[in-house]
Amino acid sequence: MSEVIKTKYLNPYVGGVLLGLVLLAANFVSGRGLGASGAIKSAVVTTVNTVMPSHAENSAFYTEYNESHPGNPMKSWLVFEMLGVLIGGFLSGAFAKRLKFKVEHFPKITSKRRLMFAVLGGILFGFGSQLGRGCTSGSALSGMAVLSVGGFITMAFIFGTAFVLAYFFRKNWI
Amino acid sequence: MAPLIVNEIISPDTNLLIALLIGIGFGFVLESSGFSSSRKLAGMFYGYDTTVLKVFFTAAITAMVGMLFFSLFGWMDLSYIYVNPTYLTSAMVGGTVMGVGFIVGGFCPGTAFCALSIGKLDALAFVGGLVLGIIIFTEGYPLWEDMYKADFMGTPTMNELLDIPRGVFALGMILVAFAMFWVGEWAEKKFPREEY
Repeated sequence: MSEVIKTKYLNPYVGGVLLGLVLLAANFVSGRGLGASGAIKSAVVTTVNTVMPSHAENSAFYTEYNESHPGNPMKSWLVFEMLGVLIGGFLSGAFAKRLKFKVEHFPKITSKRRLMFAVLGGILFGFGSQLGRGCTSGSALSGMAVLSVGGFITMAFIFGTAFVLAYFFRKNWI
Repeated sequence: MAPLIVNEIISPDTNLLIALLIGIGFGFVLESSGFSSSRKLAGMFYGYDTTVLKVFFTAAITAMVGMLFFSLFGWMDLSYIYVNPTYLTSAMVGGTVMGVGFIVGGFCPGTAFCALSIGKLDALAFVGGLVLGIIIFTEGYPLWEDMYKADFMGTPTMNELLDIPRGVFALGMILVAFAMFWVGEWAEKKFPREEY
């Protein structure tokens, strides 16, 4: 295994310091951390409010959300931040010549299998992020930076569970 | 003076523009660090690539120490910073469900968007799953509302819980992070894997 090919990425410690400065800037300017799943929730709530207004009025989650978040859910900090993520990721990929449509998967599994597992993983992560009040960005990373007990617990359970289950899903990855 | 929005130094609309700029920085750093590849993200759990560990913990301690010093210099009032509330049950159950999603799907929400931005179709599938998962949560809300709101502890911080100064906890966390980096570097040498 002496000739392991390596794609050129930023040094992880340099990347970490830069990401930390982005997170620091978010707290300095806006008094809050980063996030991701919250933006999708805004989109879901907006869609339900628009397409099925009577359903939104009659079900517990949407009424509770709309009462605690007055105004347009799409005009939120996280929605603008996530639009930025798409732009920033695209720019970095363009500079590094990594823009390409592809299904990335371990060569010993099919694209179809990879996509099915990706959808399933997304469903679980989406559900879990709502239950846990934020995902790896909003709850774990941003929570840890402000020393939130909940952030540390969520982080430990996300990574702990993935480590414990890694053995059972190894054929998808190694 | 900071946070700027709380002290009305910037307007709510400016705050949204800043959110866009911060997002651009966030996405750029994630992609440059390799978080647009599920192979790299999953590598964390098999030891062949511990980039996630290194970037994640370096970022957390950088922001944590930054806020500590900004507060010390009087540049930032930490009492106005949003501290994620702690609901013990949902933090544990939600974290566990997310952990399963991570090893099954190979992404988390932020990294999936980042991978989607450079054309990864597996990330598109993951984002489709995220939307479904969130709809399941919102539609079935009465079923898990009790669990969602159980064991509310307020907004405690780790140093308050352990009853030690904030700086002491930060120092401890830096030492733990360095120990983990050392393990990560060791694991990458021990379990190398070909790229695909």
